[in-house]
Amino acid sequence: MALVGAILVVISKNPVHSVLWLIVVFMAISGHYILLNAQFLAIVNLIVYAGAIMVLFLFVFMLMNLNADTEPQKNKWLKIAGVVAGGSLLLVFVAALKNADMKNQLAVMNKGEIGLIHNLGMALFQDYVVPFEISSVLFLSAMVGVVVIGKKD
Amino acid sequence: MYLTLLSVDWFLLIEKAVLIAIIISVSLLVAMYETWGERKVAAFMQDRRGPNRAGPGGLFQPLADGLKLFMKEEIIPNSSNRFLFVLGPGLAMLTAMMTSAVVPWSSHFNLFGREISLQIADINIGILYIFGVVSMGVYGIMIGGWASNNKFSLLAAIRGASQIISYELAMGISIIALLMITGSLSLKDIVEQQQRGHYYILLQPLGFLIFLICAFAECNRTPFDLSEAENELNFGYHQEYSSMKLGFYLFAEYVNMFISSAVMATLYWGGYDIPFVNDAAFGQAHGQNLLATLQVVSLFVKIVIFIFFFMWVRWTIPRFRYDQLMRLGWKILIPLAIFNMLVTGFLVLLKQNHWHF
Repeated sequence: MALVGAILVVISKNPVHSVLWLIVVFMAISGHYILLNAQFLAIVNLIVYAGAIMVLFLFVFMLMNLNADTEPQKNKWLKIAGVVAGGSLLLVFVAALKNADMKNQLAVMNKGEIGLIHNLGMALFQDYVVPFEISSVLFLSAMVGVVVIGKKD
Repeated sequence: MYLTLLSVDWFLLIEKAVLIAIIISVSLLVAMYETWGERKVAAFMQDRRGPNRAGPGGLFQPLADGLKLFMKEEIIPNSSNRFLFVLGPGLAMLTAMMTSAVVPWSSHFNLFGREISLQIADINIGILYIFGVVSMGVYGIMIGGWASNNKFSLLAAIRGASQIISYELAMGISIIALLMITGSLSLKDIVEQQQRGHYYILLQPLGFLIFLICAFAECNRTPFDLSEAENELNFGYHQEYSSMKLGFYLFAEYVNMFISSAVMATLYWGGYDIPFVNDAAFGQAHGQNLLATLQVVSLFVKIVIFIFFFMWVRWTIPRFRYDQLMRLGWKILIPLAIFNMLVTGFLVLLKQNHWHF
């Protein structure tokens, strides 16, 4: 379902349809999280990505009133370059994942307690406090940047 | 692995299916009679009589309304996007109903030798689940407004959606303060803690006030019903809709009201706890089944009081202007909620330290 949704995101002519398919993709990914017993991640993924960010995307697209026929035709060479770049990225991914150690990963998953909110909080605030704080400072600076840009007008 | 999957507890499955069916029909019934109650309350406030033709006291009025909506011609505008146009009201209704899954309606019944809990799913992230579903609710409005291909609908949909996501923030922060006290996200745990101690309204009056205001905004009720401001936008995001699709939008609003009242009662007013009665002792004296029934009644009394409050406010306070609405949300409610969160965190830490600095 995630794959079908993702393909439809790319091939939809209408940008609003693309966004809606992207929401379907996020829902499918949340489903995967639940299957991995990571309920907290699943719900947060839904709230943040599908619930907030996609709504903003939808705002922009709906207000811009893009249509399939107003879309400018792209250069042929640009298309070919895109295909080559995407293909090499796929190649790199496949090469990297081919030798990945799957058995250990499965062993970790079988315990099935990692994603529950209690353990997640413990991990975040005991083992990974410094990275967590640094990333929150990063978000804060992004917010300040937005306010500064918005003030200019 | 497949064998364990096949050996599911079939009774559990049947029990949950029956419970889901009951809760959905009860929510629909309550939503139906909310429309009747709304008119009666409005009539009372404006010194009129309200519906009094169909049945005693106009009690059959919602049935007649439903029949009328079903009988009307279904119009799908030519310039609209057919699939999304139908999807919009369906989504609105779906998200309105899904929230009820994590609300604990009562403790448990002892029937057929089984302990039947009156909660569809006791997941350990109950409140976050509600937030997730509510944030999905935006799409019902936005898709409907956009697919109608009408400028007024689109404007109304964007107003409604931006209002909902703005007030979600303040709501979330006010909930965080509550969660610091409870230490659990499961609604069932929260109710049980309140049964043992006191209601959280005593500890979190400011948080409750913020939550209440945000709940009004989330339900698109007056004074926050800017997405339906007739004098500015004709009819709002459901302008192009007719027949039962319009009915679904209006109905979803009432179901939302019902569910958000239930959530408020659960979080701050003790949920299914019967006030001034020691529930556990009562259950041992008179049997668990009677206790559970009374608890359902108690929760419904609380819910009805909240619903009445919703209506009372609707017919008392005029609508905000849009910039006032945004200012209230971003410049007053969110700082207040953050202040509340900080004070609560401070006090919780102080208590853990036995009131020493």
